[in-house]
Amino acid sequence: MDFVQSFRLTAPEVLFSLSGLVLLLAAAWSRSDTSARVITWLAVAVMAVGAALVAPTLLGGASGPQTLAFSGLFAATAFAAFAKLLIIAAAAGSLVVAPAFFQRVGAYRPEYPVLVLFAVLGMCLMVSSTNLLTLYIGLELNSLAAYVLAAFLRTDDRSAEAGLKYFVLGSLASGILLFGTSLTYGFAGTIDFAGIAAALNGKISTGAIFGLVFVFAGLAFKISAVPFHMWTPDVYEGAPTPVTAFFASAPKVAALALTVIVAMTAFGHQVAAWQPIVIFAALASIVVGALGAIGQTNLKRLLAYSSINNVGFLLIGLAVATPKGVAALLTYLAIYVAMTIGGFVALLMFKGADGEPVEDLRDIAGISRHRKVLAACFAMIMFSLAGIPPLFGFWGKFVVFQAAVDAGMVALAAVGIAASVIGAFYYLKVVKVMYFDEPAMKVTGKSDWMHQALLAICALAISPAGYLLTKCLDGLSTSAAASLITP
Amino acid sequence: MIGVEHYVVVSSILFVLGVLGIFLNRKNVIIILMAIELILLSVNLNLVAFSSFLGDLTGQIFAMFVLTVAAGEAAIGLAILVIYFRRRGTIAVDDVNRMKG
Repeated sequence: MDFVQSFRLTAPEVLFSLSGLVLLLAAAWSRSDTSARVITWLAVAVMAVGAALVAPTLLGGASGPQTLAFSGLFAATAFAAFAKLLIIAAAAGSLVVAPAFFQRVGAYRPEYPVLVLFAVLGMCLMVSSTNLLTLYIGLELNSLAAYVLAAFLRTDDRSAEAGLKYFVLGSLASGILLFGTSLTYGFAGTIDFAGIAAALNGKISTGAIFGLVFVFAGLAFKISAVPFHMWTPDVYEGAPTPVTAFFASAPKVAALALTVIVAMTAFGHQVAAWQPIVIFAALASIVVGALGAIGQTNLKRLLAYSSINNVGFLLIGLAVATPKGVAALLTYLAIYVAMTIGGFVALLMFKGADGEPVEDLRDIAGISRHRKVLAACFAMIMFSLAGIPPLFGFWGKFVVFQAAVDAGMVALAAVGIAASVIGAFYYLKVVKVMYFDEPAMKVTGKSDWMHQALLAICALAISPAGYLLTKCLDGLSTSAAASLITP
Repeated sequence: MIGVEHYVVVSSILFVLGVLGIFLNRKNVIIILMAIELILLSVNLNLVAFSSFLGDLTGQIFAMFVLTVAAGEAAIGLAILVIYFRRRGTIAVDDVNRMKG
């Protein structure tokens, strides 16, 4: 494989790293408010170009040896392209709403878009990894940028605390994952996913089992699956809301895609070893996410538990361990990104008269009287997260459960559906508070036009009109899943 | 004769000490940073030992990358700690409790 071909395959990543460095210099050069805004839009433009470079890979359904770059250290498959498009969309969406939020407290800095760009670069490396080293470098590039983003609002107690907690627990997760990779390397004799799969064919040694369990534990931390979810509510509550929107969408996509890659390629012959772990994590996440959200009054904590709950449903797609299950997971991920970004943008629009954020459930009581459109959009997102037809969130749950039933895992699907009814309780409670309680009249601030536009796009995507996309989404996710799993 | 299993045992002990250092320590956050470094060093020991016994250089290259990332991680951890200390005037672990629920 020659260099020209390698650079052609890694074009989006090369673009992100070079423009990230240039924008970092520009950020150091000019520190005014205007330059921060200009750099934000430049970063969004770079991501758009990156998405345009990635799109042909997905549409062409690229798979096989011609997707490998740099002696097989990097794979630009259709699967990676699907995840990259979602990551870029989520990161760009959470980036364009940030300036209006930070400028109220005068805390917007040009470093913010640069950090997001580097995090996106790390996530793109993660989903394109073909060996443990690329996996680790991508994961750390993403995590290190994310720790700083969580603590970005330096004037706020909670943001600093969120940054600290995220850093400590994130580093612990990286350490656990790394310990697992070192054991896997030792017992398989290679760090290449294909090589590991070949070495671990048949009976698996105890050491390799330990490696597998540690790797999955580290990844479970990153996707905030139960029992490694305890950091999620605190970090989501403390981090500035645009950062929370970012955390809940892009890194989730990347870490889940990475989990799928590791499970289906490196440990593809050891499904029996990891399937019980994934099934347990899926069911536990659904139940804990649903029960934990019930007592919450802070809307960001509520959405944090909602994201734990959703990770459970996504993991059912992986637990099935078939190409169809992976395709269902990808479809659900696409819908999840639209719902999450929409939910957090609506949260950003809950503002008091002076523009101060309103995060308490009691403070949005009765907002349907004076903010009709906003209340309707947030209610729609809640219904969609609960998976109530005819909203698009239902389709995601439907394909995941269908994949489980098709693979003969009826019990898993049944428990999942039963638990999603528990989850519906608190989603409906939010709708009840907004529509039927006495107005608290706290949400009186004006919204930024950017927030309104993004909320409108997300609401349209999850509305029944989203079903027009099912065919295209199914086709893309099926070809993406096929590019990962070669029979 | 020292075999690879001796190295794995030592590195496992170091790893467990690191994890315990994060969870049992209630005094201050600097100790947590040291515990994280200990975890990464135990991994490096593992990688280098396996590399030597497998006769394969990959593990040593991996260890170099881990060292580099560990340096970056420590820098960012200390930076966040400085921000936190400026706001709160303490780095005791028990005081990291503004958010509950």
